[in-house]
Amino acid sequence: MSFSWMAWTLPTALFFLTILALLIGMSIWEYFAPGGSPRVGILRFETTRGDRLFISLLGSAFIHLAWLGLIGPNLWWALALAVVYAIGVFRFV
Amino acid sequence: MEKTWNNKAWFLVLPVLLLVAFSAAIPLMTVVNYSVQDTFGNNAFFWAGTDWFDDILHSARFWEALQRNLLFSFIILALEIPLGIFIALNMPKKGIGVPVCLVLMALPLLIPWNVVGTIWQVFGRVDIGLLGHTLAALGIDYNYVRDPLDAWITVVVMDVWHWTSLVVLLCYAGLVSIPDAYYQAAKIDGASRWSVFRYIQLPKMKRVLLIAVLLRFMDSFMIYTEPFVVTGGGPGNSTTFLSIDLVKTAVGQFDLGPAAAMSIVYFLIILLLSWIFYTVMTSSDADN
Repeated sequence: MSFSWMAWTLPTALFFLTILALLIGMSIWEYFAPGGSPRVGILRFETTRGDRLFISLLGSAFIHLAWLGLIGPNLWWALALAVVYAIGVFRFV
Repeated sequence: MEKTWNNKAWFLVLPVLLLVAFSAAIPLMTVVNYSVQDTFGNNAFFWAGTDWFDDILHSARFWEALQRNLLFSFIILALEIPLGIFIALNMPKKGIGVPVCLVLMALPLLIPWNVVGTIWQVFGRVDIGLLGHTLAALGIDYNYVRDPLDAWITVVVMDVWHWTSLVVLLCYAGLVSIPDAYYQAAKIDGASRWSVFRYIQLPKMKRVLLIAVLLRFMDSFMIYTEPFVVTGGGPGNSTTFLSIDLVKTAVGQFDLGPAAAMSIVYFLIILLLSWIFYTVMTSSDADN
């Protein structure tokens, strides 16, 4: 089966493999600590760790877009900021 | 009662997961791949990096279409949700009036989008349309082909006509599920009509209203067919929403890279706004 019509590139393949690895990691985490560890953080509503991953990924996408629109095309600092943001989400949200 | 955890139940989700993979995940991955490349056809692609995203984020055309879309969705929600609640509250709860009202309400929902567009395109024409001709006879200067405000009013009224029924039916389903005991208790307490609405009917409708708001927001934010048929995005670009702009870029100009980048930004905005709506409404529900 050929997937050439999907126009894969190495960076996009790595991007999706990272997402897949995150989902597998979250599933393993859920297996060992079931229930999603719900809690009420600084946003004042209950979130599970799946919610926190969603907020991290969605926020990271907007961080990258904002960096690209306001600062420039070098996105390594945006990636670093997104990682810090994701750690913050998992720690405080 | 304690919940029973059985992880084998996840296998039941597998068919849906496969369906979503083929109908959503794989096309979305393809769009991401296209968004970082350029193509001139013949399945040949050239790396473009973040150029298309850069172009989109600095494009006045994109931001103007986005503003139009946000304004349109805001107007639609501000009109359709209160109107839908009002009609549902005044619909009969028993007797022959119930099926008559339900059928009447369901009728606009059964009409395909392009047919709705065609109906309103003819309806609004000054020369042959009932609405346009009547307004002209009354001395009102109405022409949706020439005037941007008239085009907006036509598109908004058309959407209200087409989709308020959905809000009505959802609210009505919420209302008829309220047990009579609530109304009897309110009557004994001497509650006013407003108090019955505020403290009994509105809280009981909250879940269906969440669905109504989410559906109407997502649908109005993705609206394409009706305004395309009625105004074609004009006059000028006054009714060119993001979806119309996107189709012009992807199909009209065959710029697949910029169109893919625009699709991803569009998708992220819908995802963010839908998540905010859902979170605000479900967390206020949990507080209550």
